[in-house]
Amino acid sequence: MTVLVFCEVLDGKLKKASREALSVGRKLAEAAGGDLVAFANDRAAAGDAGRYGAKKLYVTSAGDYNTETYTAAMQAAIGQASATIVLLGGTSNGRDLAPRLAARLNAGVASDVDRLEWTDGKLRARRPVYSGKAFATVEITGTPAIATTRINAFPAEESGGAAAEVVEVSASTDSKTKVIETNVAEAGEMSIAEADIIVSGGRGLKEAANFALIRDLAHAIGGAVGASRATVDAGWIDHQHQVGQTGRVVSPNLYIAAGVSGAIQHLAGMSSSKHIVAINKDGEAPIFRIADLGVVGDLFTILPALTEEVKKAKAH
Amino acid sequence: MNSVVCIAQVPDTETRIKIGGDGRHIDENGLKYIVSPYDEYALEEAIRLKEKLGGDVTVLGFGPDRVQQSLRESLARGATKALHVKGESGDADSLGIAKVLAAAIKTVPHDLVFFGKQGVGTDNSLVGPMVAELLGYPQVNVVTHLEVAEGKVTAHREIEGAEEVIEAATPAVITAQKGMNEPRYASLKGIMAAKKVAIETKSIADLGLADSDIVNQRVTVVSLELPPEKSGGRKIDGADPAAAAKEIVRYMKEEAKAL
Repeated sequence: MTVLVFCEVLDGKLKKASREALSVGRKLAEAAGGDLVAFANDRAAAGDAGRYGAKKLYVTSAGDYNTETYTAAMQAAIGQASATIVLLGGTSNGRDLAPRLAARLNAGVASDVDRLEWTDGKLRARRPVYSGKAFATVEITGTPAIATTRINAFPAEESGGAAAEVVEVSASTDSKTKVIETNVAEAGEMSIAEADIIVSGGRGLKEAANFALIRDLAHAIGGAVGASRATVDAGWIDHQHQVGQTGRVVSPNLYIAAGVSGAIQHLAGMSSSKHIVAINKDGEAPIFRIADLGVVGDLFTILPALTEEVKKAKAH
Repeated sequence: MNSVVCIAQVPDTETRIKIGGDGRHIDENGLKYIVSPYDEYALEEAIRLKEKLGGDVTVLGFGPDRVQQSLRESLARGATKALHVKGESGDADSLGIAKVLAAAIKTVPHDLVFFGKQGVGTDNSLVGPMVAELLGYPQVNVVTHLEVAEGKVTAHREIEGAEEVIEAATPAVITAQKGMNEPRYASLKGIMAAKKVAIETKSIADLGLADSDIVNQRVTVVSLELPPEKSGGRKIDGADPAAAAKEIVRYMKEEAKAL
């Protein structure tokens, strides 16, 4: 039994989502008495992959991510490795590739899973549905069983292995798409998808300019800026920041919500955060039902005070 | 320019989800269904292309009879044709659904196939790319902007902290992200006109498929559960901002270990 993990490399290092997928992949392989192997587009990842327990690293020379060339390369790697389980971190590329690959291989796939176990020769996965209003446990039959892992759901844990053995994979490089340009978002903007800490603003901010209070705090803490749907729909902030049912479902370690009342769609998108702090002037706001620490008060005075306090704490 | 827009019918996002008696499905009693929100962006984009370049917009839905209502709503907004593949989609896995849709799409002339980037329900984000693979088409996922030229499209794809501008040969599959456009509401005229359009109906067998091709083939839901009820934590008075800030920082350090 072999577990193959699709890995993405950024600046010569494995992305967090890939390290998380390798970590849970290793546990599955150990439970089944099998091996963990990895796939990447850069042989420089062999050291990193080994540290997370991968014995081999299948390397494609296909260059940057492209749906079709990577589907072909992964198909080849899965064949060479005789992979029983294929995991992909739930990044944009992982989520783009997994379904294409599953259709190519007539295989079962579960998206955005936050628990995985190998029982009786089958992969069982738990995944949020209805944006986290419920959880479905699914069983995948057939080989390979494919899953994309939810970011922040599995801790990244090194196992201290030696560098993975590099194995080249060659596959068709035909594609009907090409990337002609990549536009990077404003400098310093962290994506809510991968953030450990998110500071979110809601309608209580009253106007677009007041998102500066959220940005200042996020910047001081080193977190990402989130937003409620109301603020996005009002045009105060870009949709990429939206948390909730028609935005991103997130589960950071710490979620701070200021001026967010907590509509059901928003709660669904963030209630699996590990620690939740809410600041709202309405003591009856639904957000307080799920907050670990609720502060009933005026965000316009509390946020600046909090930003100062965080800066002080960081300076120590 | 002919487009097919695949729509998923999902429970209204306001809905509180209840688990059905079998512990594997949601309780559909009293549920209100809507067109999945991302599909509205897909439909709007196809309608705009039709208005600019001519051609047809066919809305395609797979599922029980209630799907017809969503198809009718889509016609009222500006789709010109509708195709309903009748069948119990509830126990089909994503690849099963994709096989049905791919077979149905082949029966309709098209240059582009649109989906929402995910169905706001089972939240799989799988069917669009699967259909692309089954049809041998390129895909561009999570698209916020689309331009169409002869034989190709240029699409802006949202990724973490950046956007990619991707050129794809047509026919192609595009999955729509919020922000792609501002979907219109149906006009009274549109609603009246939609009533006159006959919705074409096909069965799975008409498409050369059997239930056994699509139901519980690869992925089976074993159980469905509600998340554990959060009890709510401590609530403090924030009348003194400095004191509140100190308490939040203490919480961040000691309990969340986030500083």
